[in-house]
Parts: sequence; structure tokens; C-alpha cells
Amino acid sequence: MTLKGASLGAMLASGEGEGGMHMPTLDELYPAPFWKIGDWFEFNRLDMIRVIAIAAVLLLLYLGARRTALVPGRGQSTFELAMGFVHKQICEAAMSPQMARRYLPFIATIFFTVLGLNITGVLPGFNVSSNALVAVPLIFAVCAWVAFVAQGIKSHGLGHYLAENLFPKGAPKVMYILLTPIEFLSTFILRPVTLTVRLMANMIAGHFLLTAFFVMTSYLMIEGGGLLKGLGLVTGAVSFIFVLFEIFIACLQAFIFAILTSVYIGLAAEEH
Amino acid sequence: MIDLLADVNGNLNAIGYGLAAIGPGIGVGILVGKTQEATARQPELSGKLMGTMFIGAGLAEALALLGLVAGFLFT
Repeated sequence: MTLKGASLGAMLASGEGEGGMHMPTLDELYPAPFWKIGDWFEFNRLDMIRVIAIAAVLLLLYLGARRTALVPGRGQSTFELAMGFVHKQICEAAMSPQMARRYLPFIATIFFTVLGLNITGVLPGFNVSSNALVAVPLIFAVCAWVAFVAQGIKSHGLGHYLAENLFPKGAPKVMYILLTPIEFLSTFILRPVTLTVRLMANMIAGHFLLTAFFVMTSYLMIEGGGLLKGLGLVTGAVSFIFVLFEIFIACLQAFIFAILTSVYIGLAAEEH
Repeated sequence: MIDLLADVNGNLNAIGYGLAAIGPGIGVGILVGKTQEATARQPELSGKLMGTMFIGAGLAEALALLGLVAGFLFT
């Protein structure tokens, strides 16, 4: 395929052919399973990445937490720093100190697992985060939903908790026709949905962003001529910056998922 | 002009996602700007302000990402 005189737009449009540019599609997130048992059980590349990431998280936490000494070594102090971050910055930022202690294991589980699963999106060799599929974010969102509803019922009793959330005080009685459905949607439906979609869509977008830049760079460098090779250099540099950005996003999304869960739990327990 | 328009191909979803990104873009801009202002006024609170800023950014950003998912869903 010669590119003399061809504009970048035409190049992008003709990318379907042999040796052209293969832009990423959603199908990439559903690779063919390489291990199948019956109709129900499949095991594909993303499941494999998920299992490896969970094993790595478990191993790291085990190495950090075994043989805890009064004077911590290097591994243990890193672990304590991370745990202290979850405790101070995430749990205590949204809950009372006693509740923060009680919910620390739950929130820390969410934080470290989501972080471990997110970070595979930038690790060379994996290159895709299994959080780009809806399953794991949905599981965590459901756990968060159960946790904050249970905390609300425990703190206020079922009737009182529902009344507080569905019939906000101080509004005129007529307004409840409008307010109650909105409050119900925003508290009990949209919270877990946005938790799920935020994490999943961030990982999908990150994967496509990185893949698009890598594909474009290699295509421009190999098949482009003259000026387009220069453009390839630019996209290569930008893709490096986006890798750093995606590492930041992976940490930020784990942080946001954990802190929103603790904010919801804290709100449910709050006295009115 | 008509020839040019005939050459334009692709998917309207891309435009839809661009539109969906405007609102959250403005939102995140205001959010970060206000946090900067507040930090300039009270530098000792910067840690707390950063934390709440990230929560707000997560909420605003979710809207843009809903647009992205909608673009994939309604093809």
C-alpha cells in the first residue's frame, strides 16, 4: 500500500485492508475462550488475567502481612503505609472512627482488588484490564449496595431508613409525588449503576486509547513516509504519556470506588 | 461542497460522544479551578480539598463515560 499523496483521512478510511491499520473494536474484550467445560463454563484471556491479578494481590498482601514485627521491615512498612492510607484517607474521611475500624477490611478489599485488576490495563503482556467487562465492577457495586443498605437499616431500622431517604424532611407534602421517585432512583438504583459504569467505562476507554495510539504509532512508523514518520514519533511520545496517565487513572478509579462506597455507608449511618 | 459531504463517512456515535464530553469537561474545569482558588486561600487544607475534588471529578466524569457506553450500546 503506497501512501504517496494520500491524506491521513484516506489512510484511516482504508485501514481495513491487508497490513493496514486495525483499530480496536469491542470484540477485543470478548476473545475466544481457550478452555471450555460444557455450555456454562468458559475461560478466556480476560479471565486468565483476572485470576493472575487476584493471585498477585493475594501474594503481595500475604507477603506484607505475614510475620508482622513491632519494628517493621521494608515490605511491612510499605504494606502499613498502604493500609494506613485506606484507613485515614478513605475510611475516616467519610465515617466515624469506630465505623472506620469496622469497615476497614471491606473497604481495603475493594481498594486493593480494584487496583490490582485495573493495573493490568497498563502492564506489558496483559494490556487489558478485566474490569473492562461488567462482571467484577458489578459484583463490587452490589457488595457496596448491600453494605450501605444494611448499615442504614442497622442504624435506623427499616421503616425509618426508608422514610428518611424517600421522604426528605422539610419538603411540602405535595412535592413527594415528584421527590420520592427521584430519591428512590438516585439512592437505590443510580448509586450502584454509576459505581459499575464509572469503573467499567474508564477501563474500556483507557484500553481503546492506549491501543489506538500504539496501533497508530506502529502503522505510521512502518508504512508512513517522510512527514508521516515524524507524526508517528509524536504519537509514540504521546502514547508514553498516556501510559503514565492510565496508571494514574487505575489508582484514581480504585480510590474513587472505595471512597464512594465509604461515603455511602457513612451517609446511611448518619443521624438526622 | 456536495462532493465533500458525500465523502464524509463514519459513525454519528463519535459526534454523540463528543457532545457528551462537553458538559463533564466544563464541570471538571470549574471543579479544579475552584479547588485551586480554595487552596490558594487556605493552603493548609489542600489535602482535604484534593480528596473532595477527586470525588467530585469522579462524579462528573461518570457522565462522560455514560456517553461512551451509550455510543457502544445504541449502534
